[in-house]
Amino acid sequence: MRYGFTFFNFGITPVLKTTPLNQTHRDMNAKMVDFGGWDMPLHYGSQLDEHHKVRSDAGMFDVSHMLAVDIKGETARAFLRQLFANNVDKLTQPGKALYSCMLNPQGGVIDDLIVYFLTESWFRVVVNAGTADKDMAWMQARRDELAPGLEITPRRDLAMIAVQGPNARTKVWQVIAGSQAVTESLKLFHAATFNEYFIARTGYTGEDGFEIILPATGAADFWNALHAAGVAPAGLGARDTLRLEAGMNLYGQDMDETTNPLESGLAWTVDLKSERDFIGKQALLQIPVKQQLIGLLLLDRGVLRSHQKVIARHDDKETAGEITSGGFSPTLNQSIALARLPSQVSAGDEVQVVVRDKMLRAKVVKYPFVRNGKSLI
Amino acid sequence: MDIPTNLKYTKSHEWVRLEDDGTATIGITRHAQELLGDMVFVEIPQVGRKLKQREECAVVESVKAAADVYAPISGEVIAINPELESAPEKVNEDAFSAWLFKLKPTNAADLDGLLDAAGYQKVLESEAH
Repeated sequence: MRYGFTFFNFGITPVLKTTPLNQTHRDMNAKMVDFGGWDMPLHYGSQLDEHHKVRSDAGMFDVSHMLAVDIKGETARAFLRQLFANNVDKLTQPGKALYSCMLNPQGGVIDDLIVYFLTESWFRVVVNAGTADKDMAWMQARRDELAPGLEITPRRDLAMIAVQGPNARTKVWQVIAGSQAVTESLKLFHAATFNEYFIARTGYTGEDGFEIILPATGAADFWNALHAAGVAPAGLGARDTLRLEAGMNLYGQDMDETTNPLESGLAWTVDLKSERDFIGKQALLQIPVKQQLIGLLLLDRGVLRSHQKVIARHDDKETAGEITSGGFSPTLNQSIALARLPSQVSAGDEVQVVVRDKMLRAKVVKYPFVRNGKSLI
Repeated sequence: MDIPTNLKYTKSHEWVRLEDDGTATIGITRHAQELLGDMVFVEIPQVGRKLKQREECAVVESVKAAADVYAPISGEVIAINPELESAPEKVNEDAFSAWLFKLKPTNAADLDGLLDAAGYQKVLESEAH
């Protein structure tokens, strides 16, 4: 038996970075894997059970491998206005969050991130784990050019736990006494601070819930209290199937420095209309958009995986594209994928996917596939 | 980990059970299913296909990964496990009874190269380091 399509490294064990919850995961019998240099839980027994638990009740993910970066100073907003493709001027209310790409001058995606507006002189950015070092270097170099004196501080002293599912908020309120009054009225993509907890109504699963940032020293106790309240631990495996069903991009698979947001289903996060200039804008205005990110639903038996070739036909011509993220959807009990296909392909078309020595039929669909526990297909 | 002593094994985590009638039943080991996680799809060779030893002949796909299964010995496929098409999770539940296919061996010498339980245990130990 030999592994094919997987982004986890089994077997080899270099020195891995660990989160404050590493021992807690091991105590819970997690299957640990090397995830981009981090020793992380893949699952705690069954990835499928964890997936269903998040869709139907509540699950929690250790996302402390991601990096919170605090940006402090008078020029914070002006700097981020130039640094990010989405417009931080949309952030008018303290606690409001914004999803954005950070681009290079060629329009390629350096990373995708969430930026929180806390005060006029304090913004918090959460970036991906695998890109954290690169992001820090990029932000510091641009800071030196555009906003000298601005403080950019990585916060490895913090842990991050995502609690997701229809019952997630209620369980968090049970565990953090007094937090309900402060966070019950939070709208989606808003955050509030309560004691040592930074609580945001955001997530990466397509379910309601919170992403909570707290001091690393309190992470294990908080995790165990959530577990006692009935929140199931969930690993990176379930995180990936949940985000794929929810139609959320994964950096490094669905987009990277060689692709731009307009061809990655992220045009809605790029503000090209306002006068504002930002890094990558000129390139995006000039590059012709010939591809799109769109959903696939496998009609034959099998499992779609990233990098499989997709063949489409339109106007009697054959064109090709590629699956960027594929997998099995536990909610739909069927294989789904995100694929980068020529712009001429549209929802409802049937395409063929090359899977080993076979051609499998797939239907082109709009995503998300699943939201709030329900199929949208 | 309990490794049944009545089976033979390969380094690539297949198991082989030699039946009294001279046929061989093939599956993947508990260790293999554990590495892969929840199974969602199993592709098994068709009855009648003639396999060479170490030929890629089946695919097991879990939620997260796809893995090729190699023929532990040469032979002709004489039966496939009909349960696995609709219930691939049987491989997770009991890997040593959820067989994939049965072969009629065509080269008796192939059998000599298979590992016994102790030999397979050593393979697992060396992989753990």
